Amino acid sequence: MSTKTRMSGNEAVAHAIKQINPDVMPAFPITPSTEIPQFVATMIANGEIDTEFIPVESEHSAMSAAMGASAAGARAITATSSCGMALMWEVLYVAASSRLPIVMALVNRGLTGPLNINAEHSDSMGARDSGWIQIYAENNQEVYDNFLQAHRIAEHKDVHLPVMICQDGFITSHAVQNITLWDDGPIKRFVGEYEPEHYLLKEDESLAVGPYAVSPYCMEAKKAQAEAMKRARKVILDVAKEFEELTGQHYGFFEEYQLEDAEYAVVAIGSVCGTAKDAVDAMRAKGVKAGLLKIRVFRPFPGEEIGEALKHCKAIAIMDRSESYSSQGGPLGAEVTAALYRAKATAETVNIMYGLSGRDVKVEDMEQVYESLRKLAAGEEHFAEYPYLGLRDGTENVLSRQ
Amino acid sequence: MEQQAFNFREIQARPERLAPGHRMCAGCGGTIAVRNVLKALHPGDKAVVGNATGCLEVSTYMYPYTAYEDSYVHSAFENAGATLSGVETAYRVLKKKGKISSDYKFITFGGDGGTYDIGLQSLSGAMERGHDMVYVCYDNGAYMNTGTQRSSATPMYADTTTTPSGTVSNGKPQARKDLAGILAAHNIPYVGQTTFIGNMKDLYVKSERAIYTPGAAFLNVLAPCPRGWKYDAPDIMEICKLAVETCYWPLFEVIDGKWVLNYRPKNKLPLEEFLKKQGRFKHLFKPGNEYLIEAFQREVDRRWEELLQRCEE
Repeated sequence: MSTKTRMSGNEAVAHAIKQINPDVMPAFPITPSTEIPQFVATMIANGEIDTEFIPVESEHSAMSAAMGASAAGARAITATSSCGMALMWEVLYVAASSRLPIVMALVNRGLTGPLNINAEHSDSMGARDSGWIQIYAENNQEVYDNFLQAHRIAEHKDVHLPVMICQDGFITSHAVQNITLWDDGPIKRFVGEYEPEHYLLKEDESLAVGPYAVSPYCMEAKKAQAEAMKRARKVILDVAKEFEELTGQHYGFFEEYQLEDAEYAVVAIGSVCGTAKDAVDAMRAKGVKAGLLKIRVFRPFPGEEIGEALKHCKAIAIMDRSESYSSQGGPLGAEVTAALYRAKATAETVNIMYGLSGRDVKVEDMEQVYESLRKLAAGEEHFAEYPYLGLRDGTENVLSRQ
Repeated sequence: MEQQAFNFREIQARPERLAPGHRMCAGCGGTIAVRNVLKALHPGDKAVVGNATGCLEVSTYMYPYTAYEDSYVHSAFENAGATLSGVETAYRVLKKKGKISSDYKFITFGGDGGTYDIGLQSLSGAMERGHDMVYVCYDNGAYMNTGTQRSSATPMYADTTTTPSGTVSNGKPQARKDLAGILAAHNIPYVGQTTFIGNMKDLYVKSERAIYTPGAAFLNVLAPCPRGWKYDAPDIMEICKLAVETCYWPLFEVIDGKWVLNYRPKNKLPLEEFLKKQGRFKHLFKPGNEYLIEAFQREVDRRWEELLQRCEE
């Protein structure tokens, strides 16, 4: 039923693609996602899959071709990072509003400003309102498993929305870790064939995609899209349950690590959660009730569930790997804080900026975060502004390394 | 390729693939181009029609109505080439996997803004990759959908809303880009340049050739816009004829790399015959501006000579 091996996050996604055997993959090289189209092109060259690869001249064209292929009735995927997704921006919205179940492997990297190729969430966080479902991974196993579930979610008749499967650039995409690969047969049956109801190439009907929608109709289209995103909540959980029955791997909207009785909680996304888990263990060994809430599904945002899961905590650090330049903190900070307010939580909160442009985060850094939370709850620490973790030029609000 | 004999009555009697009731202006050249290109599809053949954002898109597929009998896809302004290349690739793979059985042709339309300018990269990519599709530019020489702003297809000295003629301006300073030449340099199997002449035979023949030539094909169709060019709508055929007779818009093809001139005027008319019919060139006819028309004439002559050399005429 499974094989234990070791590979990088990019290889894991490529293996998922091999098992899914999608119809069309337009893609353009960009670090650190470049390996994914390379692996796919090699599989095609060796006759291992019968996917058609389109070597487009830009990411804008990658998303445009994916949109065309999906509208035509094909299962379409792409892979990109950072500025590549920024160049797709316009078409991300078109794909979502056209209700096309495209699946994107996004290897998170900071948007340029300045140019940097390392892990950051500014690419996908910037696209958080584009209408795409966003599912994040802590490690290679999760990105593999998430990718295998993506088509089932995207293509579900209650959803019909594109999905981006995110992993942290280099930290997850390039680091080689242990992984369990699921056998082809059961996975192929789980993913299934794509059988759309309406598509451009359907024999007995013609279809028009991408209208000019006048004001008396356009708002209804947006509302319908918003409702589909709400319905995706159930579908994501149903697909995860079925995946668990097949593999034993459990997935939900988020993972709770030592959270049930935690007084001090960290909320984070992606690879830093592995580091945070070690810090939780270290703090627990010292008698501090530390816990972690690792967000897997950011769109649709499970605000109600997050509020419920955190509301007993005394102090909460919400970790953002993406500046919003709002002067108030990052996007995760804003949304989790709103969820806590709706849950009538009384916890102290601090929104921490970390890991921008691939800045390393160590277990000790995360222990310091938990220590700050303890002080915050005790009234011994106060943050006038949202702090940066591990900044070189110490300013007043920096949680500097010890 | 099997080319069918041109029979005007038979072709005009073919069912319209662009249904009436759309919202394009009376006398719009873009609509004439689309109707006639689609009539070159052999009866019974299926097609997917693509479109860049522009007048054509917002006037022919306004939810909940579509004017297209065939399947149709629009995504954005600059990506008609890439979008249809995705459709065409999906077709090949679905056919290979036995999921569809019918044959399809792929034709996409863009204005000159979406083709010469913002969509040039997407077009170049789609053509270079050799998708079996036709990209048709209906060239009206400006961004007409947003109100006649200059494009790189706008002829020199034309008065547009971003190159207005004024006390110290003579309209657009630059000559128009040679898009058909750029596409020919892609070494694709077919490039054609045409407009509305006589009984539309030239447009029909080139459309059919573009559609039924395997691989990537490009068609550049001069498609006057009464509002942007400022002429009386019924004059459209006369203006197209003058564009050809003055050699401002020569009719030619590039077939597998070979340049072919389709029409050589017996008496090449002076450029001002084409210009004086159009309000956008009105300022050129003010006393003292003769030198502008002379400069424009030299540019047209230079390009015509260059074309003759390419065609080995």
